[in-house]
Amino acid sequence: MSSGSTVLFDAPGPVARRRNTILTLLATIATLGVAYLVYAKFDEKGQWNSELWRHFISASTWTEFIIPGLTGTLTAAGLGAVFALIFGAAFGLARLSEHGWIRQPAGAVVDIFRAIPLLLLIFFMAYLSPTLFGRGDYTLLALVGGLTLYNGSVLAEVLRAGVTAVPRGQSEAAYALGLRKAGVMWHVLLPQAVTAMMPAIVSQFVVLLKDTALGYIIGYQDLLSYGFQFLPANYFGTRVSSAIVIATIYIGLNMTLSALASWLDHRPFAPRERRTLAPREQRLAPASE
Amino acid sequence: MDELIRYAPGLAAGFLKNLQLAALCALFSLSLGTILVAMRVAPTPVLRGAGAVYVTVVRNTPLTLVLAFSAVGLSDTLGLTFSDTPSTNSFWLVVLGLSIYTSAFVCEALRSGINTVPLGQAEAARAIGLTFVQSLRLVILPQAFRSVVAPLGSVMIAMTKNTTVAIAAGYLAESSFVMKDTFDNTGVSIPIFLGLVAAFMTVTLPIGVCASRLAGRFAVAR
Repeated sequence: MSSGSTVLFDAPGPVARRRNTILTLLATIATLGVAYLVYAKFDEKGQWNSELWRHFISASTWTEFIIPGLTGTLTAAGLGAVFALIFGAAFGLARLSEHGWIRQPAGAVVDIFRAIPLLLLIFFMAYLSPTLFGRGDYTLLALVGGLTLYNGSVLAEVLRAGVTAVPRGQSEAAYALGLRKAGVMWHVLLPQAVTAMMPAIVSQFVVLLKDTALGYIIGYQDLLSYGFQFLPANYFGTRVSSAIVIATIYIGLNMTLSALASWLDHRPFAPRERRTLAPREQRLAPASE
Repeated sequence: MDELIRYAPGLAAGFLKNLQLAALCALFSLSLGTILVAMRVAPTPVLRGAGAVYVTVVRNTPLTLVLAFSAVGLSDTLGLTFSDTPSTNSFWLVVLGLSIYTSAFVCEALRSGINTVPLGQAEAARAIGLTFVQSLRLVILPQAFRSVVAPLGSVMIAMTKNTTVAIAAGYLAESSFVMKDTFDNTGVSIPIFLGLVAAFMTVTLPIGVCASRLAGRFAVAR
């Protein structure tokens, strides 16, 4: 918990201490109660049966199901991240153009792709690809295409916000030195914008990584398909245990990325901010999606 | 264009289901998110810990997994049912899963709002003798809510778009399923896709515009 939230309440006196103790007690009981309820429900349905968990110890479960699934997920996420960055850079810069005929279409593209539900986009691409390119397996193409267009549009906005947020004096000084538009952008604005926006960019990668799970719906073989479909099909009745294991893997992956984002946000050379209730906790745009 | 007109009734019915899901999830996720944020800033470490664990776990799990688990895990295996009619049951399971998922983002948005409240406000509230609950209710949260109207709008827009993932919970009535089903029958149709996109934009764009307008009106002058 952030140290900042402690300023919401004072060093407690005797009455408040008693009240806090009672509250802590009640909260503990409630939390344990919920935990026990879940445990009891699992127990009632026999989900703690060691049969349902044993196969996670055997190597073949990992080499045949989880590792291939993870590879699928990371392939989609990696490709999606690279293409989204390229798309985002191109359209972010296009939106900053001084020429209306570049800026406005780019703005329209970015706004539209941010507004389309990602799953509809992925479905559309999955059904459109065979029509355009003939028969074949286009699940990866559709997934990466959808992730690129959506996350690329978000990254374009992030980049644009970053460039706009650089103090005007910076570009004025650069122009005064005799740099041209491209030079000002490349040597002065972009480095500062990318540095300032790095946490937001990495948070967007968390969103992207989570969204690769949509591939499960169109039949792409990712961690979710392997863990939630193929694995329970081979080991009967392991739906719940498998879901818990792969959820843990997803959470681990995403938390690693989030930790990277917050490390980037707390670097010594990160931009400063005014003093508020909690220091610099949630500067990363809350990853909504 | 003909396909869009021919399949419009089915698509519209599906889209209406999306709107119903979105309205219910907005209600539940906003309430649950407010409770969660109160837990996360509570003076009790147990509550703070429980809130933090909930948000961390839910926020880092893919929505597809949350919804698939609520259908197959919670309902089929653990026996949580809302109704005997399969479609009604899966509808409420989607509401449950999506509300659980969205509430974590509502909580984070509100918490970032609490972080924007100047320190002096909390100090002043303590100085005039307000208890934790009083200062949260009368001083901190009103200001926090007002400063996160725009981010909450984005969360609600994302949630509205996420109602299409309901298909993962086996709910086969909303527009993404209807679109897939239609594509299975007729092959890919660009007008149908664009029609649905337009339908979603007529909902999400006004939410965005309203949110930023309200944000401007409610903004706390500092």
